[in-house]
Amino acid sequence: MAGATVLGRLTWQVATVDEVVEETPRVRTIVLAIPDWPGHRAGQHLDVRLTAEDGYRAEREYSIASAPGEPVAITVERLEDGEVSPYLCDELRPGDGLELRGPIGGYFVWDSRDGGPLLLVAGGSGVVPLRAMIRHRQRSGGKVPVRLLYSSRTLEDVIYRAELDQLGDDIEVVHTLTREQPTGWTGYARRVDAALLGEVAWPADDGVRAFVCGPTSFVEAVADGLVQLGYSPGRVKTERFGATGR
Amino acid sequence: MSFVSRGFRGRRRDSDADPGRVPPGQYVTDDFPVLSAGPTPHTPFDEWTFSIVDGDERKTWTWEEFRALPSETVTVDVHCVTRWSKLDTTWEGVSVDTLLDEVETEAPYALAFCDGGYTTNLPIADVTDGKAWVAFAYDGEPLDPEHGGPARLLVPHLYFWKSAKWIRGLALREEDEPGFWETYGYHIYGDPWREQRYSGD
Amino acid sequence: MQALDGNAIGGLLIEVFGAEMTTATGTCAHCGAVAQVAELVVYLEAPGTVVRCRSCESVVMVVVDKRGIKCVDLRGLDKLERA
Repeated sequence: MAGATVLGRLTWQVATVDEVVEETPRVRTIVLAIPDWPGHRAGQHLDVRLTAEDGYRAEREYSIASAPGEPVAITVERLEDGEVSPYLCDELRPGDGLELRGPIGGYFVWDSRDGGPLLLVAGGSGVVPLRAMIRHRQRSGGKVPVRLLYSSRTLEDVIYRAELDQLGDDIEVVHTLTREQPTGWTGYARRVDAALLGEVAWPADDGVRAFVCGPTSFVEAVADGLVQLGYSPGRVKTERFGATGR
Repeated sequence: MSFVSRGFRGRRRDSDADPGRVPPGQYVTDDFPVLSAGPTPHTPFDEWTFSIVDGDERKTWTWEEFRALPSETVTVDVHCVTRWSKLDTTWEGVSVDTLLDEVETEAPYALAFCDGGYTTNLPIADVTDGKAWVAFAYDGEPLDPEHGGPARLLVPHLYFWKSAKWIRGLALREEDEPGFWETYGYHIYGDPWREQRYSGD
Repeated sequence: MQALDGNAIGGLLIEVFGAEMTTATGTCAHCGAVAQVAELVVYLEAPGTVVRCRSCESVVMVVVDKRGIKCVDLRGLDKLERA
């Protein structure tokens, strides 16, 4: 199908930054113009490579935030002592070149023909590939029921907040804010634990596909929790982002 | 001419360092990157031992016995094969000479063995005469598990992969047997001044 | 630095094998556990990339970049089969 991972050599190419969108104080989306883009699948990522004047290089991976068919975008969280993310979030600007290769990934992907229901569980910036899946579901005339459980530190840290608030009724978004909640908050206010998962997750059923993405410890706790709830391990796909980013 | 990312500098690299202290291909950093090939072991002090193994013979120290040995504080430069160097790092440890003094051996080589299964090989000549320590403190503080605590080998004149984290002993050998990274393509000796990064260099 | 999973070496494996490998299944030579590459435990911050079995922690794959040439050691795997 169009957009499948390119087989054979995966080459680096220079894309141009088209637009930057400040999603939250710490998070930015970078929309790219990529000359030879073969298309991609929801859940795939790009490898990004930065090279300094003296030849010093740093390489990181970022999940593609946009759906197949949309301009390629990545969403980057600025990490405290990061090396690449501060550059991407603070220095990079429209017109700049960005060296990348992709799309990459065949495991943590969802195509609309795969069906559902879909249970998407995100910890922090783990929401990025899941948002691509949601957008793909919408763009492909989706009928698949979707439930997103999204853990963030504070309301201010919720990425794509307005977009997620405006999804139709057949996409349920459940937030949990773990560090601080606004006055009057009636939602969950703690880290995702077995009880919270039990209340939010679809009942374990042959058809449900779960995708869990975020920091390693978050992903492992959630994946274990889903298996405890009866989910078949083969139906729970995981993608770990390091605690300090990849 | 490959692509250069406008305005990208990367981690602070100290270009003011005395070039005589920086081996070829290295850059100086203020950070202390944590590089690991596996999960961080957490051995409780009451289970920790250090041994020198020579065939069937074994000399073992418990943590208390090890800490009762004379130790010294040293300030050295360290050089990682991944190209970062850190100057003037301060460690406290027991000289490997002190440990080897308790054993009678003619063995020319040692294989350091560690919690988690990591190993690295060294000539005995490179861990004696004040060239190596089993270090239990860094920068005045007990060595963090992430950085190899309770104790790691410290051999500053060789690439830092030879300064084995979570060391539990030295197995004395007649042959220079490649350890973990040496098996996967790194240099059997690892002299940063001759840029001996990979086998064949 | 926390461990990642095989998704983190997707690009590296395409470079080495010329194909998407995260859905390939590997059989651990030490304990026999079978897993998709995406589910293996990956340590990136090292002199080389070290991939371990999630069940027994044994090393299943090591990739060392020797001045641009990627050297792959697969002795820790009994089998590696593409999906």
